[in-house]
Amino acid sequence: MAFKVRKDPRGVVVVEVDGQLIVSNRQEFKQKVLDALEAGDRKFLVDFTPTGYIDSSGLGVLVSLSKKIRDEGGDLRLAGLNEDLKTLFELTKLDTLFAITDSPAEALAAF
Amino acid sequence: MRPALSAHLARLGSARRGLAAELTLRVPGDIGVVEEAVELVARHLETSFVDRRAIRFNVRVALAEALANAILYGSGEDAARPVAVRVLFGRHAVEMEVTDEGGGFDPGLIPDPTLPANRSRPYGRGLFVIRGLVDEVRFSPKGNSICMVVRRA
Repeated sequence: MAFKVRKDPRGVVVVEVDGQLIVSNRQEFKQKVLDALEAGDRKFLVDFTPTGYIDSSGLGVLVSLSKKIRDEGGDLRLAGLNEDLKTLFELTKLDTLFAITDSPAEALAAF
Repeated sequence: MRPALSAHLARLGSARRGLAAELTLRVPGDIGVVEEAVELVARHLETSFVDRRAIRFNVRVALAEALANAILYGSGEDAARPVAVRVLFGRHAVEMEVTDEGGGFDPGLIPDPTLPANRSRPYGRGLFVIRGLVDEVRFSPKGNSICMVVRRA
């Protein structure tokens, strides 16, 4: 379980969630994004392609980061959700709060 | 060092409602143990429950939610105050009961997190997510124990 952070040539910070985003590691995830925001980055993509599952704490941290990034004039996008993860976002109606695209490439092109 | 997670598996002699085995876990009140406990339960279910996809997602997320609630609010993240997990399972059904040592809560008082006014809150979705992922949810009268049921034909 790890969060891999890289920067796309267009300046987008891509955070890959490899494994779970849940109550026990949400702070580590949040800190990685906040560190980049603090360092001046404003474009963020969370890539869920290698993700197993997310719990409500993970959803909560995405909601709070999205607001923080927007307040700083930035943009947070989500991509690579499998059918189960998409269902979770639809169930909680968070699909209305986030810009979600199927592939990371589509999300990067949309910035 | 955190108290260890312990587990015990028993085959039930007279299977009730098609539930042929019982797995019991004693989970320390430490959120760092949630994922390990969830994986342990999921691995046992994979030996008999018919719906692999439900184990991969619905069961894992619902159990992670219930454990997180029990540890954060029931045990107050005190590793010495364990959470009891009892899983009855068979080919067509799984019943997961999570019980903490806290004072319980009234599930009827949790606001709907999907209402527009609540949607941008970073918390308050746990129980709603559980209800959406399993077929039946029951609480003990005190509200410190939740039972989540997943059924597949």
